[in-house]
Amino acid sequence: MLERAITGIRGTGHRVVNGVWRLGYASRFFLAVLLHSSMSFRRFHLTIKEIYFSGVLSLIIILVSGLFVGMVLGLQGYETLQKYGSESALGTLVALSLVRELGPVLAALLFASRAGSAITAEIGLMKATEQISAMEMMAVDPIARVVAPRFWAGVISMPLLAAMFSATGVFGGYLIGVVLIGVDEGQFWSQMQAAVDFRQDVMNGVIKSCVFGVAITAIALFEGYDAPPTAEGVSHATTRTVVTSALAVLALDFILTAFMFRGL
Amino acid sequence: MPSENLVEIQELNFTYDVRPVLQGINMHFPRGKVVAIMGLSGCGKTTLLRLIGGQLKPSSGQVQVAGQTIHTLDREGLFRMRRRMGMLFQFGALYTDMSVFDNVAFQMREHTDLPESLIRDLVLLKLEAVGLRGAHNLMPTELSGGMARRVALARAIALDPMLMLYDEPFAGLDTISLGVIGNLIRHLNDALGATSIVVTHDVQESLKIVDYIYFMSEGRVIAEGTPDELRAADTGFVHQFVHGEIDGPMPFHYPGAGYAEDLALDVAHA
Repeated sequence: MLERAITGIRGTGHRVVNGVWRLGYASRFFLAVLLHSSMSFRRFHLTIKEIYFSGVLSLIIILVSGLFVGMVLGLQGYETLQKYGSESALGTLVALSLVRELGPVLAALLFASRAGSAITAEIGLMKATEQISAMEMMAVDPIARVVAPRFWAGVISMPLLAAMFSATGVFGGYLIGVVLIGVDEGQFWSQMQAAVDFRQDVMNGVIKSCVFGVAITAIALFEGYDAPPTAEGVSHATTRTVVTSALAVLALDFILTAFMFRGL
Repeated sequence: MPSENLVEIQELNFTYDVRPVLQGINMHFPRGKVVAIMGLSGCGKTTLLRLIGGQLKPSSGQVQVAGQTIHTLDREGLFRMRRRMGMLFQFGALYTDMSVFDNVAFQMREHTDLPESLIRDLVLLKLEAVGLRGAHNLMPTELSGGMARRVALARAIALDPMLMLYDEPFAGLDTISLGVIGNLIRHLNDALGATSIVVTHDVQESLKIVDYIYFMSEGRVIAEGTPDELRAADTGFVHQFVHGEIDGPMPFHYPGAGYAEDLALDVAHA
């Protein structure tokens, strides 16, 4: 009995120590990425190439998802607003929901599953096939040459993708609300324009998506860099990227929302 | 006056956690020679290569390359040293997102300010040396194992290194590719005036091309000599290894409990 309790306590302690150690290692990794970022801007073509892989290739999923989310908002929003005779506020509802919350959060979740997982798998496989070691043996710092450009590409891509998600979402809401159901077009746009504040709503959404971009890309890069160099190791790391990024995005969204929109 | 030996290893010990991997290693690698480090899988050969390249730090002892102690160099010093080294990894480790040309040009673009036209000429020269100039537009996924190894070799010699490190260069190659890689290692070493360290367990191919051999077992050097001396060895581990005999000082079976005991034969027949 006592022995089992001791084993249990030991196991818990081991997990806690491991967790703290890993957190410290991740923080040092993140710091190293920031310190070795100069090459990402000096040789910006490296970052541009990664923006293409992380951002441009994520466009399809972002645009299609944004359109459908906007269309659903249009349908659901109209259904609720008409009960109170406020159908004309449909544009406001769709735009505020997207710009403040759904745009940054859903785009971030999609970005984590599309680009984050790809980054982890790529870095993990580069490690497993000794490409990272080869780079170090060629006196080229892999953090500066491989990791940092991907990090900044993710940070730059994320707010742009979130903006496009929101824009197509608004267009989806317009298609359903105005074109299909027949809400007055003038009211749809004018109420939206009057209610959506650039600084309070749009900029806060942009800040959120930047924070999500930092979190997702840092998690994806760390998981890839830290992955055991085996097929199983890379597979687990990819899964961890998607799960950890999704949880981080939702938790960060709550914290940021609490600071940005409290008292409104 | 520079030492006759480019690489010197003195009383080197290396331990993973508490498991000793290398114990009391003393080796020297004269300039201009091709030296092989041989032994069974897991005997510490690749670890030794990583210690020479500065990817690992020794628990005690030292590795000196061109008079500099590798593990005392700071990161900048280590990178300066590595620019004078080339390494061929076991499966090439080519960058899969780059063409053959870009792989070979990689170091030139990273470490020099050479104009692109000159880089093009140099890359084609290196590829010509390994017989793959015509493949410069291919991607690594389009290459066979032997071709990938040759491209990796062209990449490793891109900056004309003074020291070449080969990690299992013959692993998984057909007999023709094996001969091609073996010849390239010898000829490139002589043409570049470099020193080569070849970690391998391919005895027959290595004996044809190297000047000197160290045999390792369980983290220690157990024999050394020229190819002729080792071919002539008629007893012990070296004889077993060189002639590929199943039984000898190195047992076929991994140590464990008795066979009958593991199968519980005593219980079954009780």
